[in-house]
Amino acid sequence: MTDASLSQTRSMNPFAGLMSGTIGPVTVVVLAIIALWYISAVALNTQFQQDIYARAGQSDVSFSQLVTDTLFQERPVLPAPHQVLVEIWDTTVNKKITSKRSLVYHTGITLSSTLLGFLIGTTLGILLAIGIVHSRVLDKSLMPWVISSQTIPILAIAPMIIVVLNAVGISGLLPKAMISTYLSFFPVTVGMVKGLRSPEVIHMDLMHTYSATRIQAFWKLRLPYAVPYLFTSMKIGMAASLVGAIVGELPTGAVAGLGARLLAGSYYGQTVQIWSALLMAAFLAGSLVALIGVIEKRTLKRMGMAG
Amino acid sequence: MTALASAKDTEMVVNKQSASPNRVIDIENLSLTFETNDGPVNALSDIDLKIEEGDFVSFIGPSGCGKTTLLRVIADLEKPTAGSISVNGVSPEQARLNRAYGYVFQAAALYPWRTIAKNVALPLEIMGLSKAEQQQRISRNMELVNLTGFEKKYPWQLSGGMQQRASIARALAVEPDLLLMDEPFGALDEIVRDHLNEQLLQLWAKTNKTVVFVTHSIPEAVFLSTKIVVLCPRPGRIYDVIESDLPRERSLDIRETPEFLKVAHRVREGLKAGHSYED
Repeated sequence: MTDASLSQTRSMNPFAGLMSGTIGPVTVVVLAIIALWYISAVALNTQFQQDIYARAGQSDVSFSQLVTDTLFQERPVLPAPHQVLVEIWDTTVNKKITSKRSLVYHTGITLSSTLLGFLIGTTLGILLAIGIVHSRVLDKSLMPWVISSQTIPILAIAPMIIVVLNAVGISGLLPKAMISTYLSFFPVTVGMVKGLRSPEVIHMDLMHTYSATRIQAFWKLRLPYAVPYLFTSMKIGMAASLVGAIVGELPTGAVAGLGARLLAGSYYGQTVQIWSALLMAAFLAGSLVALIGVIEKRTLKRMGMAG
Repeated sequence: MTALASAKDTEMVVNKQSASPNRVIDIENLSLTFETNDGPVNALSDIDLKIEEGDFVSFIGPSGCGKTTLLRVIADLEKPTAGSISVNGVSPEQARLNRAYGYVFQAAALYPWRTIAKNVALPLEIMGLSKAEQQQRISRNMELVNLTGFEKKYPWQLSGGMQQRASIARALAVEPDLLLMDEPFGALDEIVRDHLNEQLLQLWAKTNKTVVFVTHSIPEAVFLSTKIVVLCPRPGRIYDVIESDLPRERSLDIRETPEFLKVAHRVREGLKAGHSYED
């Protein structure tokens, strides 16, 4: 809105309009990535393509032919962007959602365990933070465990969680969600501890002069203060949750979910399938984090903290 | 030495006899030592002070003289390490639990996620008052500080002076008989400060509260107070207590009168003497 009027008053730089606002810069970056991707695809697939030519006895292949061929291999080392897009189109729009070959179906599976794990993780994180902030004992005893829990490689612990929970009869969504929980509670705990401790001394003193109870001080001061911290850590927690869900799908024998698609793709050398699942996961993470961003903006506006 | 001791004795007798219904604050031999890494710091040493109902008392002194600490002791935000203090005849802690005082900080300390009215309502919510009672007190006290019409605004939409007035309304909403103010106008410019000083005096006259006011401005202290307590640092102690004989009702013009200048002069002398041996 103001971008147009601003760029008019700026210098005669022809790119001034392009680089103002957010759409311009984002487009430029996207185009740069796509260009780099195509160049890399050609470079990485050339070796394999030349092997094919050699086997077929073709020796005089023009460069343009080589470039075209490298961009349309069936199992390229690096698929070209249009191949990935075609694959995504094929497996989303052209397949029924209920089909096992639909990417939407697999995305839905991953999304559900991501969301469940995120929900449990966020709740757990908030509860842990409340305990840590209000009790010295919990602070001393829990905090080291919370931190060291994140040093264990998730790839090592994920199969254990699945196997152990399967042994006690829990299977399906919950074990995968537990792995998401394991990854997502941490940023929420750390962020909320920081947030709940962030009220200024003068604000805490004010509560003291009112003889407010700890519960009153929590609801009326600490919690509102922690809200911006909560949203920031929820964004990190959501992305971690998605990673957890995908990792959780790997040891399940590749049944369903984006993780299963990745695993199946690598079994059969279906690089195009891997890349489409990757892009889908990235898109999903981006959308979920953006959604939290929208809720954050609205909440802060309602709280009067964002002009 | 003996004269001093006997004077104290008689005072204590008087104290006990009358049971002092009018004595709001009674401080005797009070000391406060902070333990720091560099050793103990005597923030307050041997403070004796009586404040009667309806007094407007100012604590004045250079930085580090303990004037804010003394106010915080009265408010039970700090605990003394020696001596005794009573507020409304009970310990500061009990007085705080009784919500005997309203406290105004150096900064307005309004909660940014609450509107002005909601900020004034904060202590009332904590006290558990009914919605109707809250509403009444909000409008009454916002009117007292001339903020009617700004109920729905957020703190950042108000000027510094208005924010501080809102924080005064918040302290008044508790409806305490005692108002403790810690350099409330310190961060404001001279013109706004003069204006708020005048309003504060009118408020004090209207409500007949006891006010304890910390400042480092001589004109502010003399203009507002019925009693001026001059403190000096290292260790923080009372150097002089000046009973002002200026009339209770005063306007800003009083600052040009010889009586005013006389009191101001004595305050300045006290501050100078308290400082003199420092270097």
